[in-house]
Amino acid sequence: MITKEKTYLNYERLIKDETVIQLIDVNKSFGNNHVLKHVNLNLNKGENLVVLGKSGSGKSVLIKCIIGLIKPDSGCINVFGKNIPDMDHAQLDKLRAKVGFLFQSNALYDSMSVRENLEFPLRRHAANLSSKKLNELVLEALKNVGLEHTIEMKPSELSGGMKKRIALARTLILKPEIILYDEPTAGLDPITSKEISMLMRKLSKKYNTSSIIISHDMNCVKITSDRIVVLMDGNCLIQGNYEQLKNSKDPIAYNFFK
Amino acid sequence: MTFGSIHTLLSETGNVTRFIGRFFIEVFKPVYEYKEFFKQCFYIGYKSVPLVVITAFIMGLVITIQSRPTLVEFGAEAWLPKMVSVSLVREIVPVITALICAGKIGSGIGAELGSMKVTEQIDAMEVSGTNPYKYLVVTRVLATTFMIPVLVVMADAISLYGGYLGTNIRGVVSWNLYWNQVFDTLAFSDILPSIAKTFFFGFAIGIIGCYKGYNSSKETEGVGQSANSAVVISSLLVFVLDLVAVQITDLLNLT
Repeated sequence: MITKEKTYLNYERLIKDETVIQLIDVNKSFGNNHVLKHVNLNLNKGENLVVLGKSGSGKSVLIKCIIGLIKPDSGCINVFGKNIPDMDHAQLDKLRAKVGFLFQSNALYDSMSVRENLEFPLRRHAANLSSKKLNELVLEALKNVGLEHTIEMKPSELSGGMKKRIALARTLILKPEIILYDEPTAGLDPITSKEISMLMRKLSKKYNTSSIIISHDMNCVKITSDRIVVLMDGNCLIQGNYEQLKNSKDPIAYNFFK
Repeated sequence: MTFGSIHTLLSETGNVTRFIGRFFIEVFKPVYEYKEFFKQCFYIGYKSVPLVVITAFIMGLVITIQSRPTLVEFGAEAWLPKMVSVSLVREIVPVITALICAGKIGSGIGAELGSMKVTEQIDAMEVSGTNPYKYLVVTRVLATTFMIPVLVVMADAISLYGGYLGTNIRGVVSWNLYWNQVFDTLAFSDILPSIAKTFFFGFAIGIIGCYKGYNSSKETEGVGQSANSAVVISSLLVFVLDLVAVQITDLLNLT
C-alpha cells in the first residue's frame, strides 16, 4: 500500500530494526528558500531507496546533509546510529569510509589519471596499504565496471558513460556499506543510462550495499528501486514500490509515472 | 562609493582575513601534504621559468637602453651599470616578476579551484576523507610563497645580463668591469629587502588566487570571474605591499 505521509506523525512505524539511516524532522533553508521541511526518512540495510522529485525540490540537498557536506538547520540525521550534525571533521572522515557518494557531475579529479583517482580515497582511508595491494584494489574496482584498459587515461579522454563508471568504481573502492547516488544517469543516453542502472543494481547485490538514489530517470528508477519516496516542496509525500506508484491514482505519482 | 559597495568591500575583507587565519591554523596541523606541495612547486616555479626569463632579459635590456641617453647628457655614462643594477634589483625586477606571476599563477589557481568547485571536485575530496583546504589551498599558498622569491633571484641575474648586453650596444664595457661595477654598487641592504618582500608578494598571489577560486560561485561564469578578480586583486596587493615594504626599509635606513 502507498503510505501518504505528513511524515513526521507516521514516522515511528516506518523504522525497522535494521535501519542504517534515519532522518528525523530535518529542516534546511537557504535565505528565504525553505528547501527541506520537516523531512523524515529511513533507509534499511540492503535496501535501494529512490528519492523522486522535481528539480529544486531539495533532493541533492537531502543527500548532501546525510554525508555532512551541508549542515541542516535542525533535525537529526542518524547514520549507523550517529547524529551527523553533531560530528566533528575527524568523526565524519571515519564515517565517510563507510558511506560512498556518487556525484551528479562525477567529480573526477581532472589533473589525475584514472589510477590516481581511484587510489585517492584509498590513500586517505587506508594509508598503510602496500603499492601492490593498492594496485590490486584499483584493478578489481575497474574490473567491476569493465574499464581496466582506462587505468592510465585522464578523465578528459573518457566518454560521459565511462566517466560515470569510473566515478562509480571510485565510490565502491572503499567497499562502503551505504552509497548515495546523486542523479547517476543524468546527461547520459538511454542505452548508457540503462547500463549504468544495471551496473548499480549488480554491484549493490554483490557488495550488499544500501543505497539512496536521487533520480528523474524512470528507467533507472524501475531498475534500481526497492522503494520510492516522492519529495515535493521539501516534504516526503508518498512512498511505495515501483508498481504501487505506477498504478497509483495519486496526481503527484501520476505526473512522474504517466 | 555607495553604502552597498562599502558593505561588500568590508565583508570581503573580513572573509579574506578569516581565510588567511585558517591558513595559519591549517599549515601547522598534520597531515602534511608534501607530495602535492612539491607538485605545486614544480607547476608554479619550474613552469614559470621561461616567461620570467624572457621578461627579465627584456627588462634589463630596455631599462639600460632607455637610461643611457639621460646619463650621457650629464656625462655619467660610466655609471650606467651601477644605476641600472640598483633600480633593477631593488624595485623593477621584484615588482614586474610578481605582476607577471599574479597574471599567470594567480589566474591559474583561481580558475583551477573555481572549476573544481563547479564540478564538485572539492566536495568529492571532502567525502574522500581529505581536508580540501589543506590539500588545495595550503600547498598552493606555500608553493607561491617559496617559489616567487626563487623566480625573482633568477630574474635578477638574467636582467643584469640583459643590462650588460644593453650597455654594450652603444658602448664598450668589458664583462669583468660590468660585473665589478654591479657588485661594488649592490649591498646586502639592496638585495635582502628586495627578496624579503617577494615572500609577501608570493603569499598574496597564492592566497588571493585560492580565496577567489575556493569561494567561486557554482556557475561556469563564476570560474571566469574568479580568475579575473584573482589577477586584479593580487596585482593591486603587490603594489600596496611594495609601498609598505619601501616605507619599512626607509624607516630602517636600508635605502
